Amino acid sequence: MIESLTALLSPDRVLTGDVHLAAYESDGLTAFRAKPRAVVVPETGQEVVEVVQWCRRHAVPFVARGSGTSLSGGSLPVEEGIVITLNRLNRILEVDPVDRVAVVEPGVINLDVSRAAEPHGLHFAPDPSSQTICTIGGNVAFNSGGAHCLKYGMTSNHVMGMKAVLGSGEVVEFGGRSREQVGPDFTGLFCGSEGLFGVGLEFTLRLLPRAEYFHTVLAGYHSLEEAGHAVSAVIDSGLLPGALEIMDALAIEAAEAAVSCGYPVGAEAVLIVELEGPMEKVAAERIRLEEILEKTRSFETRVAADPVERMTIWKGRKSAFSAVGRLSPDFIVQDGVVPRNRLGEALRRIGELSAETGLRVANVFHAGDGNLHPLILYDGREEGGLERAEELAGRILEMCVEMGGSITGEHGVGMEKRDYLPGMFSAYDIEVMKRVRTAFDPDKVANPGKMFPGKEAPSLSQSGLHPLEEAGIISRE
Amino acid sequence: MMAVSPVSAEEVAEAVKSHPRVSAVGGRTKLALVGQGEELELSRLSGITAYEASDYTVTAKAGTPAEEVAQVLAEKGQYMPFDPLFSKAGATLGGTVASGTSGPGRFRYGGLRDFLIGVQFVDGKGKLVRSGGRVVKNAAGFDLPKFMVGSMGRFGIMTELTFKVFPRPSESISLKIMCPDHETAVKRLGEISLSRWEADTLDYDPAEKVICLRFDGPEQQAISEICEEVRGCWSGEVMPADDIEWSIQREVSWAEGMFLAKVPIALSRVIFLADWVDDCGGMVGCRVSSGGNVAWLSFGEKELVAVEEFLREKAMTGLILRGARPDGPWLGQRKVDTVSGLVKEALDPDGRFPEI
Repeated sequence: MIESLTALLSPDRVLTGDVHLAAYESDGLTAFRAKPRAVVVPETGQEVVEVVQWCRRHAVPFVARGSGTSLSGGSLPVEEGIVITLNRLNRILEVDPVDRVAVVEPGVINLDVSRAAEPHGLHFAPDPSSQTICTIGGNVAFNSGGAHCLKYGMTSNHVMGMKAVLGSGEVVEFGGRSREQVGPDFTGLFCGSEGLFGVGLEFTLRLLPRAEYFHTVLAGYHSLEEAGHAVSAVIDSGLLPGALEIMDALAIEAAEAAVSCGYPVGAEAVLIVELEGPMEKVAAERIRLEEILEKTRSFETRVAADPVERMTIWKGRKSAFSAVGRLSPDFIVQDGVVPRNRLGEALRRIGELSAETGLRVANVFHAGDGNLHPLILYDGREEGGLERAEELAGRILEMCVEMGGSITGEHGVGMEKRDYLPGMFSAYDIEVMKRVRTAFDPDKVANPGKMFPGKEAPSLSQSGLHPLEEAGIISRE
Repeated sequence: MMAVSPVSAEEVAEAVKSHPRVSAVGGRTKLALVGQGEELELSRLSGITAYEASDYTVTAKAGTPAEEVAQVLAEKGQYMPFDPLFSKAGATLGGTVASGTSGPGRFRYGGLRDFLIGVQFVDGKGKLVRSGGRVVKNAAGFDLPKFMVGSMGRFGIMTELTFKVFPRPSESISLKIMCPDHETAVKRLGEISLSRWEADTLDYDPAEKVICLRFDGPEQQAISEICEEVRGCWSGEVMPADDIEWSIQREVSWAEGMFLAKVPIALSRVIFLADWVDDCGGMVGCRVSSGGNVAWLSFGEKELVAVEEFLREKAMTGLILRGARPDGPWLGQRKVDTVSGLVKEALDPDGRFPEI
C-alpha cells in the first residue's frame, strides 16, 4: 500500500526506515512515543492534499507535524499511521504593510513571521517560548499562547483566513484579509482544533505595529504570596500591562544555574511587569506602576534601563523551563488556568500537593491571565516515577477545573490531557464536539487519539529530555 | 400569534424542542437577520450572572442589553473594547454576537471574536451545550464561541455568554483629519495604523473625506502630546472632534430608516469602494471603520441591485442588518463549502433554525 503513496511524492520523500521513523516517534511531550508506518515530506500544498486524500481512501490515520514541540503530545504519531512533516512548506508568501497581514505556509517558524514583518515596523504577537523553532501550523492547530495573551489574545485571535485540506479530503478557504467578516467564523473554529479537522496549508495572519517603548520591571519578593498580591494590585489599578509573569524559588534557582540571569539574591519569587506603548503613555503609566509596587513588599525592584537589560530579565524567564532539566532527569509541565484572583490559593494548594506526594514542583506562570505552569520533577527510571508525576499533574488539573478554570491555557489537550476533558465539559458537550469533528473528518483519519477521552491510538512511555531540549533549542512552555 | 418568551436556558431548550422551526430575536436592532420560524423572544432571558472585575471577565444571559453590561462595567472602570453596536437602541449581547457587530472601538484590541471566551447555547436537538470557559485564557476543546460570532442563530441559540473585558482608560481625545482625496486618506489611514501612536479608533467618512480617530490614555497630558504630533504631521488639516462622534457611529444613526449592510474589506481596497460610493451620487452612504477593515453601507431599496452587483463584481461579501429583503440578508459573492452544510447538520440535524 505504501508503494502507492510513494507514487504521489518522490520515493526519497516517503521515509520508512527505522532510523528515519525513530526521529518522529515523539514530540515535546517526551514521556510518550509511537511508531508511524511512514513519514512523508511534502514540498507543496498540493502534495499535502494528495497525501491526505490518499489517507482517507485507504483509511490510514495521519498526523501533521511541524517542529514537534507540542507539550501535550499533539503531534505524537498514531501507531502505524502516517506522519506528514510540513517543515518544507516554509514559505512566507506575502507580507503586506498596507493591510497589515502576512500570508504564510504552515512550516514557517513563528519568529520568522515577525522577522519578515520587522522592516515595516510590524510583528506577529503570539510568542510561545519555543518561538525560535515552533511552526505556525502547530501554533494554529493548538492555539498557542505566550507571555502577551492577556492584552493581545492567543494565536487564533491573529489568524484571519486560511486554506486547508480537511480530513474529508475537501479543500476549503475560510475568512480572508480583513480583520472583520460576515457569517460564522470557521477560521476561529479551525484554530485550536488540534489537527482533528485536517491540515492548514496557508494562513493569513494579523500583524500589529511594534510598541514604541517597553518599560520592564523586575521585583523580588520574600514569598510567592507577596508576589501574587502585587499582581492583584497592578490589575486592580486599571493598568493593562503587556506581560505579568512570576517565577518561584525553584524556577529561579534553575534559571540562575542555566543562564546567570542575576535575579535578586534570596528571592522566593520574582515578578516581571512590562508596560508597552507610545513613550508618552508609558511615561504616565510607569509612575503609577512605581507607586503600586512601592506599596507591595518587594525587597528589590529593578527597571531595565535599555533593551539589553530588558532581554536579560526576559532571558531568565524564557529559559526557566529547559533550565529545570538541570534539576531533575525528567519533568512534566502542566498549563492549567485558574481565575486570576484565585492564583494565591492555587499556588498554595500546589505547594501542599507537592509536599504530600514528595515530588518537587517549580512554578513559572503567566500571572496576568491565571495561566499556571507547574513543572513536576520526577525520575522516569524509578519504578512508577512517571505515574506518580502524572497523578500529581492530574490532581492539579482537577483543582483548576474545580476553581472554575481550564485544564489548558495554551498547550492544548492533545493526548496528554484527553482524559481530563470530561472534567470541564459534559458528556453531551463532548458529543457535540465529536459531531462537529465528523463534519470535517467523517472517517477520523486526522490526528485521532487527541483531545477526546479514550484511546483511539495507543502509545508507549519513555524517559529523559528531548534531544533538542538537551541542546537548549526548545523549551517546554 | 404570541411570541415565545423564555426566561431560562432550560425554557429555551424546551421551546426549541417543541417547535419545528424557531428563530431567535433579542433587541430587534438588526431585524434583517431574523429568519423564518416561531420567534423566540429572548429579552426576558436577561441579567449578569457573574462579574469578576479583577479577573477581567463578565458572564451574562444572552438577552441582556449590551448597554446594561456597559454600565455595570463602567462602575468598576472597565469596558468592552469591541464596542457593541446599537447599544443605546437596545442591542442584546446574544444578538451582537450572532450578528458579529463590533463598533469603532474594535480597532485597537480587536472585535467580538477577540473577547468572547465562553458560550452556552441550545443546539438543534433542544439540548444545552457549553463551549469555551470563564477564564481569559483557555485552549480546551473546539472554539465554538468564535464560531458563534456571526452565526446568526443558524447553528444554535445562545443562552449565556462570557467575555473578557479590559480596564477603561480614563481620558480620551478625538481628532478629525481633512483629506484632499481618497488616495491621500487611505495613505494616511495606513500611516496611522503603522504609527507608534496606538489610536483607539480609526474611521473614514468618504463623503466628507474626513478621517476620525480617538486616543485613549491614562492622563490628558500624555494623549495631548500624541495629538500634537498628529497635528504636526498634517498641519492645518487636523482639528479637534467631538467624542459624540463615536456614539453616533456606535448607533449608526446616520443610516436610520435605510438599508444597512456590513461589508468586510481590507485597507488596500478602500479606494475603489470610496470611488464607487462617489459614483452613486449620494445614494449610498458609507462609513469605513476599524482602520479600513469594515465598511458600513446604507442605501434605499432602489439601490439594492447596484450594491449587490458592485460587491459581486469585486468578489466581496456583505450582510444586510437592517431593511427587509425577501431573498435574505446576503449580498455579493458567497463561498459555501460543503463543510459549512455539514457543520449545520451536526449542530442542527432537524433544521429547526433558519437556513444559512
